[in-house]
Amino acid sequence: MRISELQRERLAYQRSRSRRSTLVALLSTAVFAVVGYLTVTSAPGWPRVREAFFDVDTAWRALPAVLEGLWLNLRVLVVCGVLILVLALGVAAVRTLRGPVWFPLRVLATAYVDVFRGLPLIILLYLVGFGLPALRLSGVPNDYVVLGGAALVLGYTAYVAEVFRAGIESVHPSQVAAARSLGLDPRRTMRLVVLPQAVRRVLPALLNDFVSLQKDCGLISVLGAVDAVRAAQIEQAKSFNFTPYVVAGLLFVLLAVPSARFADAAARRAERRQGAR
Amino acid sequence: MRVPALLLTVTAFAAVACAPADQAPSGPTAVDGVACSKDKLPTLTPGKITFGTDQPAYSPWFVDDDPTNGKGFESAVAYAVAGELGYAKADVVWTRVPFNAAVQPGKKTYDADINEFSITEERKQAVDFSAPYYDVDQAVITLKTAKAAAAKSLADLRSVKIGAQVGTTSFQAAERLSTEQDVAVYNTNDDAKAALRAGQIDALVVDLPTAFQITSAEFADGHIVGQIPGGDGRPEQFGIVLDKGSALTGCVSNAVEALRSKGTLGKLEQEWLSSAGTAPELR
Repeated sequence: MRISELQRERLAYQRSRSRRSTLVALLSTAVFAVVGYLTVTSAPGWPRVREAFFDVDTAWRALPAVLEGLWLNLRVLVVCGVLILVLALGVAAVRTLRGPVWFPLRVLATAYVDVFRGLPLIILLYLVGFGLPALRLSGVPNDYVVLGGAALVLGYTAYVAEVFRAGIESVHPSQVAAARSLGLDPRRTMRLVVLPQAVRRVLPALLNDFVSLQKDCGLISVLGAVDAVRAAQIEQAKSFNFTPYVVAGLLFVLLAVPSARFADAAARRAERRQGAR
Repeated sequence: MRVPALLLTVTAFAAVACAPADQAPSGPTAVDGVACSKDKLPTLTPGKITFGTDQPAYSPWFVDDDPTNGKGFESAVAYAVAGELGYAKADVVWTRVPFNAAVQPGKKTYDADINEFSITEERKQAVDFSAPYYDVDQAVITLKTAKAAAAKSLADLRSVKIGAQVGTTSFQAAERLSTEQDVAVYNTNDDAKAALRAGQIDALVVDLPTAFQITSAEFADGHIVGQIPGGDGRPEQFGIVLDKGSALTGCVSNAVEALRSKGTLGKLEQEWLSSAGTAPELR
């Protein structure tokens, strides 16, 4: 293919513009960083803050304990995450059931969502974690990680069920009508036509809840478990130095970054599929 | 004559140089009682002294969660220290400071915080401590019905599930037991007690006066297993927390020492923590 003189000029111009914007972006980032750094470090309390929050020795000492705590967070996250997805989809499906036969189930599902979405997670943890085993029923587990995980699942399922329901209800009725007229029964309509579209639409919201769950998994520490934040707190109390919290915080941020990128990628993919770009 | 005179001068110099100077670099020194008086002390509000403690404040350290009533050991000590510095009871102001807020860097909302803070070398890097006002022991408590109630020695406790409050030296004492299962950690002793009630833990480590409080006044079926020996052989001591480099540290320390030599601390201990000291020492 032959490129015309005019096109060549055009491309050269575009390249120079793009070089220029890269340069401007670099320069403004550098200026921004320097100003930010100087503002923070020139604050009168900075030496004390650096000592109390960014002490390398303390960070290094706290790291093994915090990592061990984070391992518990991760295990709880994976198990609870899977359970929540499955149960929430079930609750959402029940809430969208049509027909008078399903009335009691619908009421139950609605009541469940109302109660457990409204209940503060900490209170839920206390009720499940300390209240349930105090009944001394046989068969109720007495491990605080299990009980804490159960409380998380109860609370988050209510949230995620609503996200799924929003997705299901966002699928246009004509889709269902078309599926039915092709001879699909209601169950297959749901499985093959409605859910795939619904899930794709609410994926960003689901990942949002997932990141939120990443952090809330640590709340099981109120029941006695030592998660990353609790491990940091233990280290902090030994020395009255807050650096272990910063260490735990950074680890959580690192944990959330892959989810955020995945969410971005999923959103882009959905856009492409719908021909938005 | 010359040599002793010189010696005297040197000693006097040394005394001045090392005693209060490194504790209170600005502000009045703590050597003589004059500078440590109410009108000279650089407190938050001139003429008043602000004590901090957490909320809720527990018995027997405070009574009815009201530090202003002068009841409970730490409330009484705070008023005694204030009195020693020349403050009347009405000049003592209380503020509520959560544990972490008390030790964070930055402007403090209190002059002195009295909240069962154990003195450690590590913690001294972050805050100032007064002279110790109480030697504390750690004890294991349980329910009469729990299996830990039968424990007679440290070895018997190995197989027991132990709990403690986070950030306390009780937790560190619990870790020293090196039990087979991890120590369960709770936000407060109230949570730990709930876990003990629910059977999630078999025993709980608290300081000895708290142990007596719980087993005598709170749990009808409570039982003290015994005291845990100290970590490094030295007694664990409570100190009043002050801002790092506070000009008041020397004066508050002097006041505490004065109360000790006058026997006031012992008397207050008798009055508020009298049942302490009768739990068996575990070996």
